Amino acid sequence: MLNEKENTGTKTKADKKTAIIEIKDLHKTFGNDNHVLKGVNFTVNKGEDLVVLGRSGSGKSVTIKCIVGLITPDKGEINVFEENVLELKKKELNEMRVRIGFLFQSGALYDSMSVRENLAFTLRKHKRDLNADEIESEVLEALDNVGLSDAIDKMPSELSGGMRKRIGLARTLILKPEIILYDEPTTGLDTITSREISELILDIKHRRKTTSIIITHDMACAKLTADRIIVLKEGTIQAEGTYGELEKSEDEWVRSFFE
Amino acid sequence: MTLNLKNTFEDVGNATLFAARFFKEVFIPPYETRQFLKQCYAIGYKSLPLVAITGFIMGLVLTLQSRPTLVKFGAESWLPGMVALSLIREIAPVITALICAGKVSSGIGAELGSMKVTEQIDAMEVSAINPYKYLVVTRILATTLMVPILVIFADAIGILGGYAGINIHGDVSFYRYITKIFQSLEFLDIIPATIKTFFFGFFIGMIGCYKGFNASNGTESVGKAANSAVVTASLTIFIIDMLAVQITDLFF
Repeated sequence: MLNEKENTGTKTKADKKTAIIEIKDLHKTFGNDNHVLKGVNFTVNKGEDLVVLGRSGSGKSVTIKCIVGLITPDKGEINVFEENVLELKKKELNEMRVRIGFLFQSGALYDSMSVRENLAFTLRKHKRDLNADEIESEVLEALDNVGLSDAIDKMPSELSGGMRKRIGLARTLILKPEIILYDEPTTGLDTITSREISELILDIKHRRKTTSIIITHDMACAKLTADRIIVLKEGTIQAEGTYGELEKSEDEWVRSFFE
Repeated sequence: MTLNLKNTFEDVGNATLFAARFFKEVFIPPYETRQFLKQCYAIGYKSLPLVAITGFIMGLVLTLQSRPTLVKFGAESWLPGMVALSLIREIAPVITALICAGKVSSGIGAELGSMKVTEQIDAMEVSAINPYKYLVVTRILATTLMVPILVIFADAIGILGGYAGINIHGDVSFYRYITKIFQSLEFLDIIPATIKTFFFGFFIGMIGCYKGFNASNGTESVGKAANSAVVTASLTIFIIDMLAVQITDLFF
């Protein structure tokens, strides 16, 4: 279904049952006049991979940062797991954050810790009942999932861009989140590594039945991973549909992403 | 001008709220003991050589500079007591705190600043780990406890430096030198001077953390955070010292 130039606030009855993330009329302004989000509405259903496209500065990253409470919007509603994120207390928000994984553009690995410590750190904070052996085995399993068991003793500064993203992904996955938010997972990587990361995203979706929002400029990644795509333009949703639908869009601006 | 003044007041307000959060978070479990000990090691133990060298030089130079004047008045025997008093009451706390502002506060500012701009602090936040508790509380606690210890260490090394200075021109036994110092020292010389070092330590850590934690995006802001941390912490040390001396003067 192609709903161009329309903010998709409406849902079918079937959608309502499975909607896991609902964004309603989201507004955010930075400073006095930098109005980044101007009423964004969309829904992500359980098990769905939603790709968000748009030019730099169109509000993609701001939107997903609002979902995890890193940025507080000026107006609007964000429902995740049927709870309004904006009304949650700090403790409740943290409980929700454990269920949501966030992969940062740079990987955001802790520079002062080795790969092992990066992964174990998150685990140790949330699963205090685990002993050292159990933590080690979970760390190894997470690294094995991203194909980087050999890097366990390396420091982040010794890793390549692709490896940093994979380790970042392993760290995100170690808490077994139900939702994963990817902020430009393939940016700055070569074509082969980008494809590997995209395949990894797809693999995670199939094996763990996760729901994802993927922000990307990489159309190969979008094609491979997207169940549905939304295109943001100047803080509002310009178009929505599947890859195939948007590729044939009548809107030349939307189509330009696919050329 | 008005805008600058507004920004300054805004900054002071934000720093106050940042510091107030420390007192709220420090008592709430879970306690980050491991990270706290790691910071004590990095801030305290690793600053020992620097503090030792400067402490020794302070004692030595102070002795050599004061000696001619005291000799003129025939009061050379007051030299050990005078050097020890000057070191313990004023010079060692302020100089050590300034060294810590340069080494520790800027280090914290740069480290947290770079963590901020590379989204590592955000990564902690979204992993439901309290970055303030893990990064800020541990560092402020460590500086608050380590700076007084470093100052006491600098006092001791400074007194040794004074002994070396006296023996360049004369021959005084170490026992006699120490006895002279203890004869002229009172508890009231030591206690207020030690209390103010806790404040120095607190502000050194707090300012470094505040500047780093609030670095805006971009690598340029990391340098700015480190630089600003040193300048603000150094200025704050002098202001606290002035207040501490006034209060000590009123009560003791």
